[in-house]
Amino acid sequence: MANYSWPEMKSRKVIGQRLSRLDGIEKSSGKAKYTSDLMPNGLLHAVLLSSPHAHAIVRSIDTSEAEKMPGVKSVRVVAKAGTEVQWAGAEIAYVAATSEPQARDAARAIKVNYEVLPHFVKEDQITRAGNRAKAAGEQVTGDVDQGFKDAAVTTEGEYAIPVITHCCLEPHGQMIEWKGEQINYYPSTQNVSGIGGDLARSLNVPASQIKVHMDHIGGGFGAKFPSDNWGKECANMSKDAGGAPVRMYLDRAQELTIAGVRPSHFAKIKLGAKADGTLTAWESTSWSTGGFTGGGMAPLPYVFTNMPNKRLNHTAVSINGGGARAWRAPNHPQASFLTCAALEDIAAKLNLDPIEVFSKNVQFTPRAETYIRQLKRAAVMIDWQKNWHPRGKGASGNLKRGLGIGIATWGGLGHASRCLAKINADGTVEVMMGTQDLGTGTRTCISQVVSETLGVPMNMVVVRIGDNSYPASGASGGSTTIGGISASSRKAAAEALDQLLDLVAPQLGVPKDQLQAVDSRIFVKGNPDKAISWKAACQKLGPKSIEATGENNPKQPGGLINQGVGGIQMADVTVDIETGVVRMNKMVAVQDCGLIVNPKLAESQVNGACIMSICAALMEERVMDNVTGRVLNADMEFYKLAGIKDIGEIQVEMEIDEVNDKRGVIGLGEPCAVGGVAAIANAVANAIGVRVPSVPVTPDRVLSALYGNRMERLA
Amino acid sequence: MQNFEYANPGTVAEATGLLGATWSDAAILAGGTDLLSLMKDYRMSPKRVVNIKSIKGLDKVAKAGGMLSVGAAVTIDDLMEHPAVRSEYPSLMQAAHGITSPQIRNMGTLGGDLCQRPRCWYFRNGYGLLGMQNGKSLIDAGENRYHAIFPQGAAKFVSASSFAPALIALGAKLKIAGKSGNREADLASFFVAPKSEAEREIALQPGEIVTEILIPSAGGSKNATYEVRHKDALDWPLATASVVVKMNGSSVASAKIVMGHVGPTPVSADKAAAWLAGKSITAEAAEAAGKAAVEGAMPLSQNAYKVQLAKVAVKRALMMAAGLSV
Repeated sequence: MANYSWPEMKSRKVIGQRLSRLDGIEKSSGKAKYTSDLMPNGLLHAVLLSSPHAHAIVRSIDTSEAEKMPGVKSVRVVAKAGTEVQWAGAEIAYVAATSEPQARDAARAIKVNYEVLPHFVKEDQITRAGNRAKAAGEQVTGDVDQGFKDAAVTTEGEYAIPVITHCCLEPHGQMIEWKGEQINYYPSTQNVSGIGGDLARSLNVPASQIKVHMDHIGGGFGAKFPSDNWGKECANMSKDAGGAPVRMYLDRAQELTIAGVRPSHFAKIKLGAKADGTLTAWESTSWSTGGFTGGGMAPLPYVFTNMPNKRLNHTAVSINGGGARAWRAPNHPQASFLTCAALEDIAAKLNLDPIEVFSKNVQFTPRAETYIRQLKRAAVMIDWQKNWHPRGKGASGNLKRGLGIGIATWGGLGHASRCLAKINADGTVEVMMGTQDLGTGTRTCISQVVSETLGVPMNMVVVRIGDNSYPASGASGGSTTIGGISASSRKAAAEALDQLLDLVAPQLGVPKDQLQAVDSRIFVKGNPDKAISWKAACQKLGPKSIEATGENNPKQPGGLINQGVGGIQMADVTVDIETGVVRMNKMVAVQDCGLIVNPKLAESQVNGACIMSICAALMEERVMDNVTGRVLNADMEFYKLAGIKDIGEIQVEMEIDEVNDKRGVIGLGEPCAVGGVAAIANAVANAIGVRVPSVPVTPDRVLSALYGNRMERLA
Repeated sequence: MQNFEYANPGTVAEATGLLGATWSDAAILAGGTDLLSLMKDYRMSPKRVVNIKSIKGLDKVAKAGGMLSVGAAVTIDDLMEHPAVRSEYPSLMQAAHGITSPQIRNMGTLGGDLCQRPRCWYFRNGYGLLGMQNGKSLIDAGENRYHAIFPQGAAKFVSASSFAPALIALGAKLKIAGKSGNREADLASFFVAPKSEAEREIALQPGEIVTEILIPSAGGSKNATYEVRHKDALDWPLATASVVVKMNGSSVASAKIVMGHVGPTPVSADKAAAWLAGKSITAEAAEAAGKAAVEGAMPLSQNAYKVQLAKVAVKRALMMAAGLSV
């Protein structure tokens, strides 16, 4: 068995290099083809007719007119008479036609007779939820009443973070051709190896009949694992149309209405602390919704899990809204916001610097040392000592500056992954894996690992991913990809090299374990002149090539991968107290990590996560209408996301060092997307002197927090 | 999407000849930044689309008789490039900068900015311009954070135009061509509050085209626009104000104040402007004028904050015009 362990940090040549992503130019020039770009000859365009009502029973559905319309090739009813729809946007029927406008017109010609039922779409006031609310039962740890008695101060706050959507730039969907025994499936998915089987189950065909291919994906964030009903119906429409390729992607409104949301979280939190800031008791009453099926409780108190004396009550609320899907660090950003806001509030009441209060309480976290180190480092990066002031005690004038803290944790253990590495006689290397590059740089990282392992330049390595004919690799969720793919490709490449060394060892006259491959040469360790070039070594293969597989098994990490990180983010904002407008000055992120394959791509992950946090902290909110039951802002106009001018400076520090490096590779996508909302919301409170209870922190909420219901500043 | 005929006339007369007697007969295409999405969303389904970008002269900016004449099809970018606009009308430049999408500034036209449809989410989601359902206002009962604080009757949307407040404050006129001839209209009277779904928010007849915007010389007066925006990047303003101030020494001889995004039409604050006469513009005077400008506002259930924003917009626009830092 080859030696898989990662080479020493100092001796690495490719791993750890700040390289640009391999497909960067392809993507930024438009050359990269996403599955939604595929336009083969004879393509049919399918559209979804969705329910305009938030709660209704389909009494009858008549497709006869639609079927007769020009260009229409297939009409499929999803919601047959008698179906009860539970949210506006629910799937009613699909139409495939030779052009998209024809399909849209035909979908509108389908006559649906609804019996409209009462709906419930807003969960902000729990008292209105009635039987839509399901209490999860009380959880008590320690002696809560005693904990509050021991406290020098207590705070009680109400905090809210709304439902937001994934808002993938490339909506959910696929192109499919079902020809005879084979289904060619081109989805937009985070789950290349698994989605074919998922579709096979829903179509009741053998998984072996489904060929999945996807080169690029335009965003997933946790919302693109299953094949979905639209995958099934798209396949059926292709079959109806004699195997013609059918393309069906949700439109923007549907994408923001039915393709997944991040659950809301509302909480009343009572916190007790000693005069030095040490927490003594926590009591929270919370509720959330993730749509019709309700919403689970965020992990409260977040990170400070070992604090004594806790009483938690959570209620899941069912609304008539599209369902939740995993959203980059499920439930963590909400929990971080709720917990850190309460912590910041008690620090303000104690007249203490929140860094002091956070530091005092890291004893209640599983990684106190990490957080202490990160709080110190982040404070330097954001110039806390110079820029921080007690809450509301900043400079005079209309522009108030403030700083805030957010905290994060995540696992990030690599998923199960298999890889096939092939060394050809001409010295080229192919690596095949049924994984996907979500935009995180998976291709580039695989190439770096294999290049390092074989000692060949990256341009000799061809990475083939995005196809389910390659060895299966896990879905990209939970920050599991980098661990999975780096370990499996390391092993596959090491095994392949081992076979090549078998061939050249006799010529070099030493056992193969005394050989190493570096800089396109294979030489004897300690005697670099005794060598054979990579090309010459590979030529010995003659007509054959070497094939070797590598597998990552998360249950046997073998020193290659690991899990468990902390992170601290801090925000620096300026709030205009005349208008309530918040502007970002700066965000800093100090991110705990393991071995980093490519620091540039890692930092890019954190940058993106900071931007997502700015959006969620200041702009994003799904707006439901009580009367119509519809999502009013299912567009990219009033579903607001930050533009470049809204972002300010972002400074990222990956904690790359020998100690962290020795832990092995740990996933990164999620932990960096957790603490930003809390940091920004806390910075606003620090700036203006009062808590804005709800995010996003919009001008109306800031003015309301400052001036009450009149929202008017009386000079 | 209803099939439509595409017409590409070369003259205004040809273009008006191609328009119909009702709005559903034909729609005018200039930059297309609004029309195309309205058509894709089935909010408008014209039988004919009449492109006016090929009409010679509609893309010209010229000085004529003390006025600046801007063709209706002049793009926002081209408007911003014109030396007279840059030197004489800071309020137009500031309004243009508020359109933070380079793509929209590149495609969008001044005529289109004035004639674009409101962004009200009830309207855009198919509930009509007045947002009525079963005889009740969805806007009153629902989500009205971005709506009017100066509603007019049932009209509670806000006018979407970025330039109208600045142009009205400057006293701009429109040249409008129709089948039976041309007319001139004050821009101030071009915006109207519809009383029913049969009416539109602009006083343009289905057979007419806005051909030219005539802007009086700023003639030594000071002008400025201030927008309060939630986002710095692409976003609609929450409230705006444009001011034109004629000075007599250090005091105001006369002033014009127009607020945007607060009502179904731009809202002139004439009392506030009159109050300013004879005073010098200080932060306090600007604040008082702002306060006077929002007197009589009737906010809906969720948009009281816009009263504060409109007040601040007026204050800051006046301060900017007076060269004070805001």
